Amino acid sequence: MSGATSDETPIVWHVSEDEDHGAGHSGPTALGFWIYLMSDALIFASLFAMYGVVSTSYAGGPVPSEIFDLKLVAINTALLLASSITFGEAMPHMEAGRVGPMRAWLVATGLLGAAFLGVELYEFHHLINEGAGPQRSAFLSAFFALVGTHGAHVFFGLIWMVVLLVQTMQHGLIEPMKRRVMCLSMFWHFLDIIWIGVFTFVYLLGVLR
Amino acid sequence: MNAAQDPEHAHTGRRGYRIGTLLAIVLTILPFWLVMDGVLDRTTTVVLIFAMALVQIVVHVVCFLHLDTRAEGGWSLLAFLFTAVIAVLTIGGSIWIMYHLNTNMMPMGG
Repeated sequence: MSGATSDETPIVWHVSEDEDHGAGHSGPTALGFWIYLMSDALIFASLFAMYGVVSTSYAGGPVPSEIFDLKLVAINTALLLASSITFGEAMPHMEAGRVGPMRAWLVATGLLGAAFLGVELYEFHHLINEGAGPQRSAFLSAFFALVGTHGAHVFFGLIWMVVLLVQTMQHGLIEPMKRRVMCLSMFWHFLDIIWIGVFTFVYLLGVLR
Repeated sequence: MNAAQDPEHAHTGRRGYRIGTLLAIVLTILPFWLVMDGVLDRTTTVVLIFAMALVQIVVHVVCFLHLDTRAEGGWSLLAFLFTAVIAVLTIGGSIWIMYHLNTNMMPMGG
């Protein structure tokens, strides 16, 4: 419809009677990347399940209310939510082909994401120094596995963002760039959704226990 | 506002995005406020923060990831619902089973 996917081979991944759905960000890549995100969600589901099972196995070690600093978590949550919002601000500029404003919003997103990662590393460092490292109890092993996996995703999202900033500087907003930015925006929003589960299930519920 | 490629979609998309942003901020601040200030009793707080998390996940998926019944001819929604079912089975099932194993089979109280 919109011609946004005209550089792709005409493979149709949806049932034929719905062919006229052509919104700007569709095409086979969007669905393929969506399936990837769903499989990544299942990785996090198993990590959440593991955390849920051992979340009270303290082995005589520290309990969540002693080691979780909710003010720090609130700051981190605000940083990640803000980065999700700034990425959303970049998208209309991307769709309209305005490369300058889009890159500015991407830089803002990247800085907020880096700040999130910095606070998280500070928290991990603080916990390990306090003797609440991943080897202390099953609860802490599961905590570091779950929150650390999310942090690793944010880290690779940041690398991806830097790569896209360099590539859009070199090539401008050509069609493959738009597709990549669209995929990264889905990835970034997805990470914020996982974080909703983390701050509710791990931090807030942990402090209430 | 983008109106170059698909004016109707872009317009509703931006409005949904603004509403989603507001809802996401409110649904993030409320649970932190409930827990940090301890205004309600524990059980009510737990139920409320989980309810708000579920609502916020739906808000993010609909407003930020633009999931609806028409996206990719419904395949996105189908994949999402399948994933949600598996996630609920994995998380809920594991906790349910292991909780009963703990209470029934581990008298040493570990």
